[in-house]
Amino acid sequence: MIPELGHFALALACVLAIAQSVLPVVGAARRDARLMGTAVPFALGQLVAVGAAFLCLVWAYVVNDTTVVNVVANSHSAKPLIYKISGTWGNHEGSMLLWVLILSFCGAAVALFGRALPTALKARVIGVLGWIAVGFLLFILFTSNPFTRVWPPVPDGRGLNPVLQDPGLAMHPPTLYFGYVGYAVTFAFAIAALLEGRVDAAWGRWVRPWALGAWCFLSVGITMGSWWAYYELGWGGYWFWDPVENASLLPWLAGTALLHSAIVVEKRDTLKVWSVLLAILAFAMSLLGTFLVRSGVLNSVHAFANDPARGVFILALLMVYVAGAFALFAWRAPRLAPTGIFAPISREGALVLNNLLICSIAAVVLAGTLWPMFADILTGARISVGPPFFNSATAPLAIPLVIAMPIGAMMPWKRADLWAVLQRLWWAAVAALAIGFVTLAVAGYPVWPVLGMTLAAWLIFGAAADIADRIALFRRPGQAFRRALALPRAAWGAAIAHGAIGISLAGISGMGVATDTLVQLQAGQSTRLAGYEWRMDGVSDVTGPNYRARRATVTVLKDGSVVTVLTPERRTFIVDGQTTAEAAIHTNALRDLYAVLGEERGTAAVLRLHHNPFAPWIWFGGLAMAFGGMLSLSDRRMRVAAPAPKGATVPA
Amino acid sequence: MGGVSGRANPSPVLLLLLVLTFPALAAVGRPEDRLADPVLESRAETIGRELRCMVCQNQSIEDSDADLARDLRRLVRERVAAGDSDAAVVDFIHDRYGDYVLLKPPFNAVTALLWAMPIIALGGGLIAIFARRRRSAAEPAPLTEAERRRLAELERDGAA
Repeated sequence: MIPELGHFALALACVLAIAQSVLPVVGAARRDARLMGTAVPFALGQLVAVGAAFLCLVWAYVVNDTTVVNVVANSHSAKPLIYKISGTWGNHEGSMLLWVLILSFCGAAVALFGRALPTALKARVIGVLGWIAVGFLLFILFTSNPFTRVWPPVPDGRGLNPVLQDPGLAMHPPTLYFGYVGYAVTFAFAIAALLEGRVDAAWGRWVRPWALGAWCFLSVGITMGSWWAYYELGWGGYWFWDPVENASLLPWLAGTALLHSAIVVEKRDTLKVWSVLLAILAFAMSLLGTFLVRSGVLNSVHAFANDPARGVFILALLMVYVAGAFALFAWRAPRLAPTGIFAPISREGALVLNNLLICSIAAVVLAGTLWPMFADILTGARISVGPPFFNSATAPLAIPLVIAMPIGAMMPWKRADLWAVLQRLWWAAVAALAIGFVTLAVAGYPVWPVLGMTLAAWLIFGAAADIADRIALFRRPGQAFRRALALPRAAWGAAIAHGAIGISLAGISGMGVATDTLVQLQAGQSTRLAGYEWRMDGVSDVTGPNYRARRATVTVLKDGSVVTVLTPERRTFIVDGQTTAEAAIHTNALRDLYAVLGEERGTAAVLRLHHNPFAPWIWFGGLAMAFGGMLSLSDRRMRVAAPAPKGATVPA
Repeated sequence: MGGVSGRANPSPVLLLLLVLTFPALAAVGRPEDRLADPVLESRAETIGRELRCMVCQNQSIEDSDADLARDLRRLVRERVAAGDSDAAVVDFIHDRYGDYVLLKPPFNAVTALLWAMPIIALGGGLIAIFARRRRSAAEPAPLTEAERRRLAELERDGAA
C-alpha cells in the first residue's frame, strides 16, 4: 500500500508542478495578483507531495519491501540500517527522486524566504522552477518509476554495490544535488529576468546568495567525492578527470564565474547580460552532468545505470531547457541595455579576467569530456582523453588565474592603480618565492610540484595580505583587532575561499611527489618507504555486518618508535560475493600513510604502501572554500532584504 | 606516424576475451611485475599513467586490476628495462594499440580543435570583450532622465 501512496504522491506532485508552471507565469504576464499568488501554495504543495513520495520510498527500503523492484535490485535485509536509508538514493530511480525533492525544497525556500521579492519576479521564478519540476517528474514517472511492483515477492534483495556501502555515499549525492539544483534557482531567476526584460542590482542581490549557496554545496560535494575516491577506490588517487567528475566540475566552474560576475551586477550594475548567460550556462552544465551520469552515455566508473531510453529522455529535457533558454536569451537579451563603464585595471576588470579564464577552463574541460564521444560518432575514430590532456590543457589557463587572484581581490572598483596593489602584495610574493625555494631545496622536487607550492603560498599569503591591508594591520596595529571584528563577513569569506584554493593546491602539489611501493611481506618482515619502517605483523579474519574480511596489521615505525598501526582489509560481501579493498590511512595533517592489502600468498601478503605528502590539504581546502562561501552568505548584506526596485526605502 | 587505420587494432574477439577474464577480485598488483631499479620503475609508472587500460572505464594501466593493464604494465617495463627512451616506449605501445591507448590524444585532424581549445576559448573571449569595449567606448549612451533618477536611488541604496 505504501509504495502506491508514494506513486500517487509523485503523480500529484506532477499535476501540481504543471499548475505551478502555468498559473503564476500567466498571472505575472497579466499582472493578476490572484494568479501570481498561487505560486507560493503550489511550491509548498509540491514539496509536501514529493517529500511524501520520497518518504514512501525510504520506508520501502527500511522495511526491505521485496515487492518493490527498486528495493529488490538495490537492497538486502542484511544491510545496516544507515545503508538501507542511503541506498534509497544509491540507484538511478531513487537519486532522480532525490533530485526532484531537492528542487521542490528550493522552490519552497524561494516561496517562503522570498517575501521581499517583487511579486511578479517571484511568481515567474517559481513558475520556471515548476517547468523544471514537470520535466523531471515526467521523466521519473515514465522511465524511472521507483515504485514499480514485482509479484510474487522475491525472498530477498540483490544487495547494494559494496563500493557504495559507505558513509561517503550517504552524503555525497545529496550535497552534490543541492549544488546542481541551486543553479536551477539562479537559472529560474535568469529566465524570469529575461521574461521581465529587466536585470538590475536588486536582481544581482537576489541571485548572489543562491549562486553562493549552490557553489558551497557543490564544493563540498566535489570534495567529498574526491575524498571518497581516495579512500575507497584504493589507488591513492583523488581526481581522475573521469567524465562524471568533470560533470560536477563544469557547473562548479560556471557557478564560480557566476558568483563573481553577480558581485559586479550587484555593486556596479554592469555585466548583466553576461551574468544572465552564466546563470543559464551553470544550470545547463548541471543538466549535462545529470545527463552524463544518468544516461550512461559515457563509459565511466560512475555509470551504474545504463539505459539508452532514459538517456534520450534526459537529452530531450536538456535540449528543451537549454535551447529554450538560449532562444529566450537571444530574443530578450538585447533589451537589457549594458550600463556602467569601467577601466580595464579595476575590480570589475579583474572579475572579467576571472570570468574569461574560468570559462576558458570550463570550455577545455567540456571539450575534453565530450570529445571522445563526438569523435567516435562523427569520424569513427576511437580516442581517449585522460588526465595528461586535462592537466596540460588547463594548466596554462589556471596559472594566470591563480597569479591574478590575490591582485584582483585587492583592486578597488572603477579604476585601480596596479602598482599600488602590487606594493601591498610584495611581502606575499617574497614569501611565496621563499616557499618555492625551500620546496626546491628540501626535496629537489620536479618542476610542477615546486611551481604548485609557490602558487599555493602566493594564494595563502595573498589572502592574508588582503585581510592585513583591510584591517590596517601594519599601519595601525593597535586598532587592527577592532577593525578585524568590524570587517564584513563577505570580505573574510572571500579571503578564506581564495586562501583555501591555495590550501588545496598545496595538497595537490604534495601529491605530485607522493611515493609508493608494492611489496610481498611475511609476518614479521618489514620494508622501508619515505623514511618509515612498515612492519607486517600478520593477517587475521574479521566478520562485519554483511561481509567477511581479511585484515592485515601493519605497524609503521619511525626511528624505532611506533607511529601508527594500519589495518587494511579485503572485504568479501556475502550477498553478491564482490570483493573490495579497504585502505587504511593514518594522517598527521602534513602527510598520509596509506596501506592497501592485496592477495595473500601462503603466509605472505601483498601490500601496496603509499606516502602522500600534504594529501589531507586537498579536502581541507575544499571544505575551507565552502566555509568561506558560507561565511560570505551569512554577511549582513545578504540577510537584509534586497531593496525593492522602485521607490521603496531600505532598512539600513 | 600514419593514420589511424594503419595500426593493428586489437580484434573485438580479443577485447571480449579480455573483458570476460576481468578479475573479480580487487587486486593491488604484483610485486614481481615491478622493476627492481626504483629509477626505472618510477619512469615506467610515469609512462604507464599516460596509457589507457583499454578494457577499463577511463583508468590508466597503472590504476587498473584488469589483465590487459597488467600485460601492458609488463610490456612497458620490458621496454624500459631494455633501455628504450620514454617516447620510444609510448610509440611502441601506440603503434600496436592505436590512438585509443593514449590518455593524451595525439595531435591530428580529429583532435586539432580539441588541442586548440584553450586558445580558441581564450582568444574568442578576448575578442568578444574588446569588441564590446570598443562599441561601448564609441557610443557612450547618455543617461535618460529615468536612468538618472534610478542611479541616484542606487547610489543612495549603496550608501545606506
